[in-house]
Amino acid sequence: MTEEPSRPEVIVLRDLWAGYGGAPVLESVDLTVLEGDFIGIVGPNGGGKTTLIKVLLGLLVPARGSVRILGRPPAEGRDRIGYVPQHVEYDLDFPIRVWDAARMGRLRNRGLFRRYTREDDDRVEEALREVGMIDLRFRPMGGLSGGQRQRVYVARALAMDAPILLLDEPTASVDPHASTGMYELLRELNDSVTILMATHDVGAISTYVKTVGCLNRHLHYHGGSQITPEMLEQAYHCPVDLIAHGVPHRVFPEHTHGGDQE
Amino acid sequence: MIEALRFEFMQNALLAGFLVSLACGIIGSYVVVKRMVFVSGGIAHAAYGGIGLGYFFGFEPILGAVIFALGGAWAMGAAQQHRRERTDTLIGVLWALGMAIGIILIDMTRGYKADLMGYLFGSILAIPRTDLWIMAGLDIAIVAVTVLFFKEFLAVSFDETFARVAGVPVAAVNLILLSLIALSVVMMMRVVGLIMVIALLTIPAAVAGRFVRDLGRMMILATALGFVFTLGGLWLSHAWDLTSGAAVILVAGAAYMLSLLRRRTDAAGAPSG
Repeated sequence: MTEEPSRPEVIVLRDLWAGYGGAPVLESVDLTVLEGDFIGIVGPNGGGKTTLIKVLLGLLVPARGSVRILGRPPAEGRDRIGYVPQHVEYDLDFPIRVWDAARMGRLRNRGLFRRYTREDDDRVEEALREVGMIDLRFRPMGGLSGGQRQRVYVARALAMDAPILLLDEPTASVDPHASTGMYELLRELNDSVTILMATHDVGAISTYVKTVGCLNRHLHYHGGSQITPEMLEQAYHCPVDLIAHGVPHRVFPEHTHGGDQE
Repeated sequence: MIEALRFEFMQNALLAGFLVSLACGIIGSYVVVKRMVFVSGGIAHAAYGGIGLGYFFGFEPILGAVIFALGGAWAMGAAQQHRRERTDTLIGVLWALGMAIGIILIDMTRGYKADLMGYLFGSILAIPRTDLWIMAGLDIAIVAVTVLFFKEFLAVSFDETFARVAGVPVAAVNLILLSLIALSVVMMMRVVGLIMVIALLTIPAAVAGRFVRDLGRMMILATALGFVFTLGGLWLSHAWDLTSGAAVILVAGAAYMLSLLRRRTDAAGAPSG
């Protein structure tokens, strides 16, 4: 419990219920994200991570409860969110270069009938530099590795100049080495932006994020950095094997689980 | 073929080929990258209902085709916005329904039905000057709208969710793009006929996509390829007295098959990291 009431609230969810008409996917979710947080939300597939992100982006209207992004409803407040989507299936044939993909982060700044300006180009260049992709800016997106492509999406989000980064499974379909690189990048970026990240990569995130929540319809988040076996058991409804990198003093009960946590 | 250029119908055919290539180069590129080939086919066939309407009420069938094509395009766009699933069923229904309405209206029309086959199979060798002006006007509209909305069209084609979050009016942008597809389809109908419209719309862009890696260049190359295919088809048709629209598609289809044999050149080489 490292609540520092001095930090301003960035995202506030209160008694949030959401779903797609049938049984609710999110039930009574409460979450307060403070400025400077780096929160990893873990949970099984279908546990509601993507639904939570849709709600935060204003793409799904919750059935009940309130959502505030910097004090505003999501459809307005999402202009303060740099969104990095999950790209499991990507059309490798899509004819677009790194530069043009990253520049889409400036769409909000340049509305209809307005061309990108010099200022936009400068910001895109800076963002690509931050993620280490500036030298590959003329490469076609289809020629990149999964990890490189994710970095371009992070650059696109950074180019939005948003104080919040929202990432949906940034290391899905990325090899372990590139995943580590991605987490290290995010930790650096966290100096200037608040990060909320959904992932199923239970083991690795505990090293990099500041706090962890477990989501499986209900959200178990206490602002702590420890994933306790109890939280995971509540979230996954079964004990989970995990390797907690860099957390040598924690040992989790051994149990067979056919999942993809490594 | 060279001596045939003395004839005005041949000059008109070449000009029509160029004008149509521009439309299929630009709009075809969006159709290919946004995977709207089936939607475009639906729009083309729905347009036949409008042709029937024109015959039945005695007005210009192309005008009827424009109305039906736009109506069909908007209906499909609305369906995609509101119910995500089963859009392909609706497209299939509009596809056949448009044809059925057209056929029945034409059945009910008395008297001689001039150049009906032209709408089905194309009649590039019988295009009057006035139609060329209409085509040129449509081309100008397509180029202007594409330049105006280039970044929005790209955003919506590449990543619709991100575009929405970034404040792009996705529904409106999609509707504009669908309207351009509808107009292009009607324009292409004069050249290859509605049955083969999808081929002319998609093949030049699909072949171009195997050689270039950004959308602007894809459009330029697709326009050039479209013109080459049209020229080749015209030559075939002239030399062996074949249906011109089918000859154009034969050339285009053969080029597409050849392009599949070629391994993609990736300037990037093998992905690393």
